[in-house]
Amino acid sequence: MVLIYIDHSEKEIKKSSHEAISYGAAIAKQLGCSAEALILGTVNDDLTALGKLGASKVHQLNNESLNNFDAKVYASLIATIATHLNAEVIVFAHNINGKAIAPAVAVKLDAGIVTGACSLPNLQNGFEVTKTVFSGKAFASIKIETPKKVIAINQNSFGIQNHELTATLLEMNLPIPPASVKVTHVNKIVGEIPLTEANLVVSGGRGLKGPENWGILLDLAKALGAATACSRPVSDSDWRPHHEHVGQTGIQIAPNLYIAIGISGAIQHLAGVNRSKTIVVINKDPEAPFFKAGDYGVVGDAFEVVPALTAAILKMKHNE
Amino acid sequence: MNILVCISKTPDTTAKIAFTEGNTKFDENGVQWIINPYDEWYSLVRAIEIKEKDPTTNIHLITVGGPEVEPIIRKALALGGDEAIRVNSNSNDSYVIAQQIGAIAKQGSYDLIMTGKETIDYNSACIGSMLSAILDLPFVSLANHLELNGNSATIIREIEGGEETNEVTLPMIISCQKGMAEQRIPNMRGIMAARTKPLKIVEPIATNAHTSIKEFSLPPAKTGVKLIAPDQMDELVKLLKEEAQVI
Repeated sequence: MVLIYIDHSEKEIKKSSHEAISYGAAIAKQLGCSAEALILGTVNDDLTALGKLGASKVHQLNNESLNNFDAKVYASLIATIATHLNAEVIVFAHNINGKAIAPAVAVKLDAGIVTGACSLPNLQNGFEVTKTVFSGKAFASIKIETPKKVIAINQNSFGIQNHELTATLLEMNLPIPPASVKVTHVNKIVGEIPLTEANLVVSGGRGLKGPENWGILLDLAKALGAATACSRPVSDSDWRPHHEHVGQTGIQIAPNLYIAIGISGAIQHLAGVNRSKTIVVINKDPEAPFFKAGDYGVVGDAFEVVPALTAAILKMKHNE
Repeated sequence: MNILVCISKTPDTTAKIAFTEGNTKFDENGVQWIINPYDEWYSLVRAIEIKEKDPTTNIHLITVGGPEVEPIIRKALALGGDEAIRVNSNSNDSYVIAQQIGAIAKQGSYDLIMTGKETIDYNSACIGSMLSAILDLPFVSLANHLELNGNSATIIREIEGGEETNEVTLPMIISCQKGMAEQRIPNMRGIMAARTKPLKIVEPIATNAHTSIKEFSLPPAKTGVKLIAPDQMDELVKLLKEEAQVI
């Protein structure tokens, strides 16, 4: 059985977990077994609808006290449940919480783990999974040598597949270990799309000359419904918050569309974004290295090009 | 306060990524090695800041690697570690590495074990989480702020679209990222002092790897950028909608 861990916050299942269910269902099909989901805590989502993503059953530890994430408690419960359900493969989204617990679960189950996976397993010579390495500059095919396997799948790398299933909801009852972490404050930026969950990203660099010029970028992001990001110099200069920094030492993202405005395209920046499906580069310097990594390029002044692009998008949306 | 800081060596961020031996090994030819930036800039420097506030703090460094890691660990000592342990193993399996660090951590009495959020070569982000299972300790990942008050830690960690403040009782494990501290450059006094700081070499404990790398590959090259004139933004929107199908 393939067990997929469902991550959630504020009573809502995260998009990356939807993708993890589809990925886990595809592995279950390869192995000829069932795909079942596991959720710790309570959400507002209709859990039987997870069948549409490929889960035949959803196991829920329906306990409000689990709504605050606690890596030690979560890893312990997931390992116990995976053992009890005799799961062969345990799938996580390689997102913030997945990174914190999947490796611990692997240790507890004596299972080999691949994090940052970006392919279905190749079963020809055992069980090999491809993952991104060198911050997106290369791939490595990793063989898992243990009977049990843990895989954390990169966001936006598999997609969502539709299934004609209604999942059976099974409530579990287990003693909850004492909390090891007390959550004292949550500060969510309201109305902003989390960068790692975003399909569309608009990103700015030093070419925008100063934080006071970010309005044109924010307008474009709003018109598209995109998240906003920035290059390292921009975040180092505190023009934009640190959590917007994408690149080798920031966060790595793989949206469907990445629009780079006034970013030269240093190798460290490209490492964080080069798995984006489509890259648009807007730069007044035709020699900017980013053009070599782009799909579409506009050589021109960002202060003219970006508002024109925003207007063109609004026109397109208006005509739809 | 006893702090164990985990240090890994990685290729420089500008290193050319190429492979040898039938694409089964990273080509180390001409590669400059550095301390993994997350381990150095955020985790180690924050440990040093803690020691500056409370001089009774001991900062122990641990690395798992062959003799070639020593310049890296000397640099970490020059920045401000007190002593270092090198476990003499060349594994690149996260489980083996975590087991080695766990075995050393069990022998000491560490209040805080610090790692970077991930290494910039394998990007596995496994060691902190694995240590939490091996040592049965609380773990907070992707932290950008840490304050210690007696035997408790106040940590701010990243969550999707925001931040969360956590209170944790020591001992614990924390993985650090941007915001935690600022990069420092070792000074001459530190470099001189590092030469005589203890660097203990320990043989690895026996443990089996759970994974092995079979093959590396490079992403396919982009076919070339399609240039659109700055006054043709309707055309760009059309391409994004109809050709790329991303909006």
